[in-house]
Amino acid sequence: MSEAAKLLLIAFSMIFTENYVLVQFLAICPFLGVSKNFDSCLGMSGAVIFVMTLASAVTWTVYHFLLVPFDLTYLQTIVFILVIAALVQLVEIVLKKFIPPLYKSLGIYLPLITTNCAVLAVTILNITENYNLLEACVDGMTAGIGFGLALILFCGVRKALERAKPPKCFEGLPITLIAAALTSMTFMGFAGIAEKLFH
Amino acid sequence: MNPVLIAVLVLGGVGLVCGVLLAAASKFMAVPVDERFPKIRECLPGANCGGCGYAGCDGYANALVDGSEEKINKCTAGGAAVAEALARVTGKTAEAVEAKTAYVHCKGDCSATQKKAEYNGTKTCKASRLLFGGEGSCTFGCLGYGDCAAVCPEQAINVINGVAHVNGARCIACGQCVSVCPQKIISLIPADAAVKVTCSNKEKGPAVMKKCKAGCIGCGLCQRNCPVEAIKVENNLAVIDYSVCVGCGACQAVCPKKCIL
Repeated sequence: MSEAAKLLLIAFSMIFTENYVLVQFLAICPFLGVSKNFDSCLGMSGAVIFVMTLASAVTWTVYHFLLVPFDLTYLQTIVFILVIAALVQLVEIVLKKFIPPLYKSLGIYLPLITTNCAVLAVTILNITENYNLLEACVDGMTAGIGFGLALILFCGVRKALERAKPPKCFEGLPITLIAAALTSMTFMGFAGIAEKLFH
Repeated sequence: MNPVLIAVLVLGGVGLVCGVLLAAASKFMAVPVDERFPKIRECLPGANCGGCGYAGCDGYANALVDGSEEKINKCTAGGAAVAEALARVTGKTAEAVEAKTAYVHCKGDCSATQKKAEYNGTKTCKASRLLFGGEGSCTFGCLGYGDCAAVCPEQAINVINGVAHVNGARCIACGQCVSVCPQKIISLIPADAAVKVTCSNKEKGPAVMKKCKAGCIGCGLCQRNCPVEAIKVENNLAVIDYSVCVGCGACQAVCPKKCIL
């Protein structure tokens, strides 16, 4: 498989077939927490895409140039958490100083995703899948886009839920969880497509 | 070398580098926060009602700090107390805050008017209005599904007998009900207003008479009897100009339909 085809495969599977939220059930907390209104959905998705891409690049570098030479690969989880947390803080400071408009739109969401499981998952997956640096970055970015897609789709579902009248005992979170389950089942339809498309 | 020692050193090193980097970044890239901001923000009630015209209390405080907003009496929720506190912090003189309250210009409750149809759709004013202007015979009046009550941050609005009523004691005059009402029959009036028009119907007299016992028929008696020309009949509906009104009550006394309170 050519490099370009491999990147496309990564992108497609991260957004659709292996969608972090709807297929792998990671990052459910922001998925339920932020999906109430469309603007915060966009803000959160932007922040996640940004952080996942950066984190992929940085953790890949740390892993291959620090952990592998010292034979410390078993430390990857704790080192990755440390690096991601510091990175997000640093990005926040830099954005605040140099790009205030971007800080204002992403700012409040950045601390929320510092130790988000999806961000950690994408970095660890990059290592286990033996991706190179470019593939890792594409993986991170498209995983973020997949997260954004799930969030925005579900935001629409919740808008419809507001108008619906569920039975009393299902009001609020129960009906939201059921709707989330149904939304995630729709993504099962993508299963197996990616391999056929790009082979 | 001991593998445990290496692990500790590497992890410690990564932590140290991250820490130093963050400390340096926060030192060299610190954004100075205007020291007046927290002081001003403290004066505001934090209700984030939007009555001042800004997106929440932070927005108003920001505007005051950067000078784009001159007036310190815009907080309707806090009233005079907040304006005084702001005056102390900003060094400006407090201007009088005109205490306002929301008022629903409709008294067409179930006893005064009739339904022209039975409505079974979504229970909001906005939705019911889409079908022939609501189920009531008067298409100008309160629809009674309480869109205003739902949006009110202070639970100051109750729908009683099919018409929304504002509890003046709880109303903070944020104006959210004014903008959400699809009939546009809520307005902010001075809290101590002596007279209020209780109708919003702009149809001609006979048409109003058929539809509602409490409707303004646009007869113009109030206009002729007002000593200061504060009340005018426009589009068959009496409207009071509160900047002129002296509250003598002459209009109230002569109104044949008792729709000036």
